[in-house]
Amino acid sequence: MKDMDDQIPRTLPIQSATFTNPINAEIRRAAATGIYDIRGGGAKRKVPHFDDLLFLGASVSRYPLEGYRERCDTSVTLGTRFAKKPIELDIPITIAGMSFGALSGPAKEALGRGASAAGTSTTTGDGGMTPEERGHSSKLVYQYLPSRYGMNPNDLRKADAIEIVVGQGAKPGGGGMLLGQKISDRVAEMRTLPKGIDQRSACRHPDWTGPDDLEIKILELREITDWQVPIYVKVGATRPYYDTALAVKAGADVVVMDGMQGGTAATQDVFIEHVGLPTLSCIRPAVQALQDLGVHREVQLVISGGIRTGADVAKALALGADAVAIGTAALVALGDNDPKWEAEYQKLGTTTGAYDDWHEGQDPAGITTQDPDLAARLNPVEAGRRLRNYLKVMTLEAQTIARACGHNHLHNLEPEDLCALTMEAAAMARVPLAGTSWYPGKEGF
Amino acid sequence: MQTYDLEANGLRGLNATLQSQSTETNQTSWEVVNPKGSHAIAVGLDAPIEVTVKGSTGYYCAGMNQQATVKVEGSVGPGVAENMMSGQVIVDGDASQYAGATGHGGLLVIKGNASSRCGISMKGIDIVVHGNIGHMSAFMAQAGNLVVCGDAGDALGDSLYEARLFVRGSVKSLGADCVEKEMRPEHLEILKDLLDRAGADASPEEFKRYGSARQLYNFDVDNAAAY
Repeated sequence: MKDMDDQIPRTLPIQSATFTNPINAEIRRAAATGIYDIRGGGAKRKVPHFDDLLFLGASVSRYPLEGYRERCDTSVTLGTRFAKKPIELDIPITIAGMSFGALSGPAKEALGRGASAAGTSTTTGDGGMTPEERGHSSKLVYQYLPSRYGMNPNDLRKADAIEIVVGQGAKPGGGGMLLGQKISDRVAEMRTLPKGIDQRSACRHPDWTGPDDLEIKILELREITDWQVPIYVKVGATRPYYDTALAVKAGADVVVMDGMQGGTAATQDVFIEHVGLPTLSCIRPAVQALQDLGVHREVQLVISGGIRTGADVAKALALGADAVAIGTAALVALGDNDPKWEAEYQKLGTTTGAYDDWHEGQDPAGITTQDPDLAARLNPVEAGRRLRNYLKVMTLEAQTIARACGHNHLHNLEPEDLCALTMEAAAMARVPLAGTSWYPGKEGF
Repeated sequence: MQTYDLEANGLRGLNATLQSQSTETNQTSWEVVNPKGSHAIAVGLDAPIEVTVKGSTGYYCAGMNQQATVKVEGSVGPGVAENMMSGQVIVDGDASQYAGATGHGGLLVIKGNASSRCGISMKGIDIVVHGNIGHMSAFMAQAGNLVVCGDAGDALGDSLYEARLFVRGSVKSLGADCVEKEMRPEHLEILKDLLDRAGADASPEEFKRYGSARQLYNFDVDNAAAY
């Protein structure tokens, strides 16, 4: 009888597509701790992205430019609308805002060094401007955040641009929390708070609400800075058409649109993964708003959230952006999630490529930490050089594509250079599905 | 006394002129006429000058002030003396929302009443309100002193950090983590100094002190019902 049982085919164990192992593990973790998961970085879920687009390249109807010979310009000027001194960048790839506090001193220095060497700007974050950061950044954008930690008019006047942060792609509508273990004496002093306590970064500005107030706030900042520097408005991508239009109406020189793949120093995983729009989906609506108001290219659009390669840069620009900003990719270039720290990642219960507990301050790479010993692992000169190299490579890649499409400036890339691999990407980017002349929403299917 | 007609000469000229005054200037006394509720009057000043605004103002009057004394002979709109670093701002009338928001230093005196969120996220500024203040005042206030000679509205000091709150009248309700605290001699001394400097006719002994219970300083799931 037993032998017969052994011969009966068995039903294989089937894992649920709903209650997956990661989901079940999270349920068990929540049940054990009573606390939601907090982590750094941006959305990890797969969403339609630049990988779902392809460039068409030159053909009979278009001729390419000669690689290594014919010029393809990469410069961009941000803030041409009202500022007396717009920011002129050699490349259309900027460094996004990341705070001293979230990042170590050497990491901030390295960002400044790398960006400056590549001819682009870097950006402060919550917690204010450090002298080291100002000193190592040839062009520094000063973030004006809801918390106003470290905000003061002297630093405001040292900035090359001001970025009013309304939201972040990783957490549109959310604030932040720098946990107590990352609050060193210096970070605490800069933020006027006791050492060791969790520091809440507010989700709303304390002295304005809505676009009408924002217009007056921008007026005040311009009056304080003598209308010298550009004022950006950064939003997390949720309602890109209307947010762009309202930012323009409020008087912004530059709109920064951050998609859900954009990183954060510390936010609830549920927030990162379930709030906001994919970067790919917010570019065309934002450009449409600028075009409808007649200010496309006069008010510049900076796109961020998951930019990794020169191809991503070229695709964002082809869809109408003037520049992009990178955060997570810049940290990887500095040395974040480097396999050489695998043994230490294992001790922290993670692995190379998956390390995202940036809020805990134990980063083996010395980047997202305030621990002096860990921070000392990052050589800011070498890390800055790596960032410069990476920025140069991205630029070369974008130029390669632009030349192949026949353009002598990255800004001459256009939607007609693109096609989409999926229906979703075609709908979001409003470019034809590969091999067709149609995209969802376009008449004539 | 230098007189600037804001209506005739414009905001940019006013702020550029006032901002260009050096710390050694002899032109220390300025008068702004015809403000007519304009926004961003006398912002970003950084010299020991005295500016008197002859009338009411709009948003952000005396924003980010350093060193200067700005007197408003009228009422002020939202965000008066926002992010002030030093100096004094004195308002004869009432103040709208967010008075003294995120201020790092200096003294803000409001001789009338202040609306909601007075002293929100204050970081070292001293604020003395002769009258009453509205709801959610001193929300997430980090440092400095808020003195209220009248009454306070709902949720005073919600999510308070280390700022000290002194109220002479009633408090409609306290916000999360804000509690009444013992008034010790050093607090009476601080209060007396502020009342004197603000020209407020009140005795320190009439006030109660409020501060942070410090229970929300580090996240604890058992405190989740507090917010």
